[in-house]
Amino acid sequence: MSEVVASNETILVVGGGISGMTAALEAAETGKKVVLVEKRPFLGGRVTQLHKYFPKLCHPTCGLEINQRRAKMNPNLTILTMAEVTDLSGEAGNYTAKVKLSPRYVNDNCTACGECGKAVEAEFDNEFDYGMSKRKGAYLPHLMAHPMQYVIDPAIIGTDDAQKAKDACKYDAVDLEQTEQEIDFPCGAVIWATGWRPYDAAKIQPYGYDRFDNVITSVEFERMADAKGPTGGKLIRPSDGKEAKNVAFIQCAGSRDRNHLYHCSRICCMASLKQTTYVADAWGDDADVTIYYIDIRAIDRFEDFYNKVKANENVKFVKSKVANIVQDKDGNPVCRGVDTEGYNRYENPHDLVVLAIGMEPSVSADEFPVKIEINREGFIEQSSDNGGVFAAGSASDALDVNRAVQHATGAALRAIQVVNRVAGTEG
Amino acid sequence: MSDMNTAMVERYRNNFLKEVESHVEEGEWVKMCMQCGVCSGSCPLGNAWAHPPQELFMMIRAGKREEVLTSDSMWMCTSCYNCIVRCPRELPITHIMHGLAHYAKRLGLVPKKQPTNEFAEIFWNNMMKKGRVNELKLGLSMYFKDGFSQGIKNALANQKLGQSMMKAKRMNPMEIIGGHGIKNPSELQKIIQKAQEIEDKKLQGAN
Repeated sequence: MSEVVASNETILVVGGGISGMTAALEAAETGKKVVLVEKRPFLGGRVTQLHKYFPKLCHPTCGLEINQRRAKMNPNLTILTMAEVTDLSGEAGNYTAKVKLSPRYVNDNCTACGECGKAVEAEFDNEFDYGMSKRKGAYLPHLMAHPMQYVIDPAIIGTDDAQKAKDACKYDAVDLEQTEQEIDFPCGAVIWATGWRPYDAAKIQPYGYDRFDNVITSVEFERMADAKGPTGGKLIRPSDGKEAKNVAFIQCAGSRDRNHLYHCSRICCMASLKQTTYVADAWGDDADVTIYYIDIRAIDRFEDFYNKVKANENVKFVKSKVANIVQDKDGNPVCRGVDTEGYNRYENPHDLVVLAIGMEPSVSADEFPVKIEINREGFIEQSSDNGGVFAAGSASDALDVNRAVQHATGAALRAIQVVNRVAGTEG
Repeated sequence: MSDMNTAMVERYRNNFLKEVESHVEEGEWVKMCMQCGVCSGSCPLGNAWAHPPQELFMMIRAGKREEVLTSDSMWMCTSCYNCIVRCPRELPITHIMHGLAHYAKRLGLVPKKQPTNEFAEIFWNNMMKKGRVNELKLGLSMYFKDGFSQGIKNALANQKLGQSMMKAKRMNPMEIIGGHGIKNPSELQKIIQKAQEIEDKKLQGAN
């Protein structure tokens, strides 16, 4: 693996999701040297796992392609995938970053021809589909992965499968001798764009995510809607493959709940409204959607989207946070609770229940390798005590893509100011 | 209407929420309810309530003093604490229910024949006599609370249970005469009386 050429005028970006990519590209395109470190084998983060964006219902692949092109063309940008920052020491304008590079076991000769994937037999849960599908031990993380290179699962190293992958490769791209490395390099400012992860739905005990097959999360439903996803784009329920026409969305699953996440995750209302359109598009008049909510938070221009969904007669809104879910003898999840408009007790069976799961920071407060101000919700607080470390995107708050990108652009500017100061003093 | 009730009506005209905040235990939490309904849906006795907790909170905020304080609902709470555990805003709902029941009781607004109230009263009077609960007398008082013939019926229905308890020495038939108690029950009674006076003064003097 290559050495990283950097100086204390370099900006380090931690996390290569939509925010990290944006911050890195914005800074690199002003002429700054940028090193982008991403833990996964590809860039784009959770956006790559989305089927459509709200409110325009366009496909994220479009914007990703533009960003990936910008990344490929920019000589100021160094991208390290399968890399994690393990330590950061120093101060604004003079940091040393320690980065752990995990072996991909595939080098730059890879053409993504796929022969290695065909050759190996071992299968693993596909993390890209949140475990709803399987992938091979040699795999391309997803069709638009950047870098467009296969990855060999470390679990098959030392088995026959690894040799099979190597033998199948016509380009000498499989390198089973790769090992984990740790590198150090200097940098002047750091943009922390480690993003979010879905809250662990199993912790919301009354909803039975861990007990009922037909209770899934919104991120899983999103994969299901994708034609390249685990069900080929069919909306079916996991227990028996039955068409999911009667779908319930439960809002604030984890969010706005002091037992779980203190904050409103902001995206979930719009995500459920968006996913309602998937159900409506798939089944037309047979679609039967119920949205259980405390209040719908669709602000400014999103309100038009909300009104459009509300106008659909096949979509019901029930003002109530579901108290619990049980399962009937046909495997239907049954939502139980009391509504707020009349205080009526209900017990409604559905084909499928989708939990509009909350966002939590993907790095826990005690996992940061650097002293940084973390708020009660676990997000990075803007503070002069953070020195030259700036949060970007949903590492700073629960943000949708649009806001995350705006925030990341702002973070890039802050980082640029720090390295400009360094450049000024060094003349 | 009791005098205290009249005084409270006078003082808090049109602002029942304020009255609850000042006089009901944990009442200051009522305004924090966001009407999500998790408490009502999680209550194992939910079906038995005329007004689930979420609705009571809304009624308080809407100033429905009479309906809330004369309601049977908060008396249905069995203190299972499901609502407290699940409330997204950590409202001490169980305690508020007890607080409301207690306040209604002090104002003399409890519905007649409310069984939880009746039991509480019998229990209290029983315990106050000797400073210890006399279980035999407590049981009998409960059996006979609705009249002599109903009492005989209740006693006969539970005959076996009573005999088994005596056999297992869980209940002593001799408790019917006198019964056990603390050393100096009149001292306890004085303490409680004093506490009651302080509480009453607080209620009358509070703003």
